Amino acid sequence: MSDALVQIRGLRKSFGTTHVLDGVDIDITKGEAVVVIGPSGSGKTTLLRCINLLETYDDGSIKVDGVEVGYDGPPGGRRRPRGESELAKIRADIGMVFQLFNLFPHLTALENVMLGLVKVRGLAKAEAKSRAEHWLNRVGLGDKLSSLPNQLSGGQQQRVGIARAVAMEPKILLLDEITSALDPELVGEVLSAVQQLARDGMTMIVVTHEMTFARDVGSRVVFMDAAKIVVDGAPRDVLSNPSHERLKTFLARIEMKHH
Amino acid sequence: MIDFALKTLPFLWEGLTVTLYVSAMVVALSLVAGVLMGIGFTYGPRWLRFLLRVYSDILRGTPLLVLIFSVYYLMPFAGVNLNPLPAAVIALSAFKTAHVGEIVRGALQSIAAGQTDAAKAIGLTFAQRLAYVILPQGLRRFLPPWVNSVTEAVKGSSLVSLVGIVDLMLASQQVIGRTYEPMPVYVLAAFMYFLINYSLSVASRRLEARYAYIRE
Amino acid sequence: MDYHLNFNFVWKYADKLWWGLALSIELAFISILIGCVIGLALALAHSGGGRVVRSCVTAYVEFVRNVPLLLLIYLIFYGVPSIGGFAYDATESFVATLAVYSGAYLVEVFRAGLDAVPKGVIDASKAIGLTPWQRFVSVRLPIMLRIVLPSLSNVLISLFKDTSLASVIAVPELLYGANWIKTNTFRQVEVWLVVWPMYLVTGYLILVALRQVERRFSLNRQR
Repeated sequence: MSDALVQIRGLRKSFGTTHVLDGVDIDITKGEAVVVIGPSGSGKTTLLRCINLLETYDDGSIKVDGVEVGYDGPPGGRRRPRGESELAKIRADIGMVFQLFNLFPHLTALENVMLGLVKVRGLAKAEAKSRAEHWLNRVGLGDKLSSLPNQLSGGQQQRVGIARAVAMEPKILLLDEITSALDPELVGEVLSAVQQLARDGMTMIVVTHEMTFARDVGSRVVFMDAAKIVVDGAPRDVLSNPSHERLKTFLARIEMKHH
Repeated sequence: MIDFALKTLPFLWEGLTVTLYVSAMVVALSLVAGVLMGIGFTYGPRWLRFLLRVYSDILRGTPLLVLIFSVYYLMPFAGVNLNPLPAAVIALSAFKTAHVGEIVRGALQSIAAGQTDAAKAIGLTFAQRLAYVILPQGLRRFLPPWVNSVTEAVKGSSLVSLVGIVDLMLASQQVIGRTYEPMPVYVLAAFMYFLINYSLSVASRRLEARYAYIRE
Repeated sequence: MDYHLNFNFVWKYADKLWWGLALSIELAFISILIGCVIGLALALAHSGGGRVVRSCVTAYVEFVRNVPLLLLIYLIFYGVPSIGGFAYDATESFVATLAVYSGAYLVEVFRAGLDAVPKGVIDASKAIGLTPWQRFVSVRLPIMLRIVLPSLSNVLISLFKDTSLASVIAVPELLYGANWIKTNTFRQVEVWLVVWPMYLVTGYLILVALRQVERRFSLNRQR
């Protein structure tokens, strides 16, 4: 248990009076690819955004590699919310890929990937460039290095986003509905890139609506509903033999949509 | 200080009335001409839109002061002999007309084309469409920027002081010429301009907020 | 009307006009540069500062925007030295005035620009671990500048036209040159037929040049 890369206990968060996360517990070990599914509003995205502190959490604990991400302070004593500079250091080791890509519009694909390497990892420009080129080649964009985001298709932009996150060599990768904004024919190329990463041993948490991700990428599937984790198990068990009522309804609705 | 202010106030006050008179004339003239211009821009035939575009580009590309001097000195040459005051008002009005025309054009064009289609579909004539569908909606988009342009007109009126018209600016200069204390007089004049324009811009913002629901 | 156009008098003193035009352009550029510094500093102060700072910025902006530029010019050239005890020459005074004037408009431009940086892009810059300062310098500022470029162009062209007001405190820019020729040659008419188009054409050329710059840095189209 204590060798889990990510340890989350009793996570709670509210926006105003709405409970978005209502006591979430989960452990993720190194090398696992955990797929999180569930209806809208179940808290999946918020869970992800709390891990790299794009959202603060009200109660509970998130530990990445033994370090509490959101707070500092003596164990058992008063917690002090971390300042932006501390958070920057923690976020450097957590990678995130966004639903809307969020590429830096004023930088080329190569520069997008290089920015973190130069400014955060402190690499020399030449080394950052070769590392960035390597990852962009890995996601199949070797010929688009000097393209601006507005010159790339959605699928290409998302692959740049993946390269940008992975080039930082994070301990864990957070993927937030990364194919939801893509035309169906572009989903495949992104899926392949992620599959490859999972096979290479990247620890990742994937929030998605794409059941193909859950079946082909995940070593573990988690179903969230109403701000809680409800089901947690192997893809075979969770998807093919759902026991939980709400999970059954959810899967049925998803199947209907895709047919 | 107060004593000083009280002594100079009557002179500044007279200048203020001239400023208000000039501003009002300019605003009125430019409103009428500008609305016509805006309608011409949006619905007129090609040649009219071209002419209006030329007019608008020339007027808006000329510094106001250059325009006032040019009008004042060129008009006699064109056969019209004018006193400084009418010449300045004409120059200012021509200038503001171009701006108001742009505002009107923007307001009319921002109304979705579908509105005109719907109005045509129920059989309204051009005049009816204008009166019952286009102008009411256009009015709400027009008022806030137009009130803003009124403050510009008030500020622009200060330039008539440079052709000898005793508005608030020139009155201030005259008072300073007698008292040799520039700062208090300028501050007082600034306060008067500020009072007028700030009230107008507050009104404009209130209008914008009230009609915000109109925006898609 | 018994008047015969004779442009020779204008051509004789044409260099007053050319040098005047050059000065007008210079004044506009220098003023907007300083104005940008003022505007950006105040925009940041406004978004980051407390109530007192915000009120001060708002007071400055509202005052400058509601008072005629002519009055500001007099206030700074005649008024300030009389209570400050120092004097500066007309050109310095005018640049200061125009910088203060444009600064007030640019505060709004920069505030809107900073707001317009997409929040998702800021999230991405956080996610890769950039510090707040790094995020500002490498992501928010460059994006904001590209967004506000059209507004900056408009301000620059406005300032170019506003330099004509410098003539009232005897700064030898284009309008001052025109007035000089009018007064000293007693030709009231010809000079305007030359100077008016000079302003128009120069304004247009600056606009065209700025459009090129905008296209080069645009976030929407191909480079």
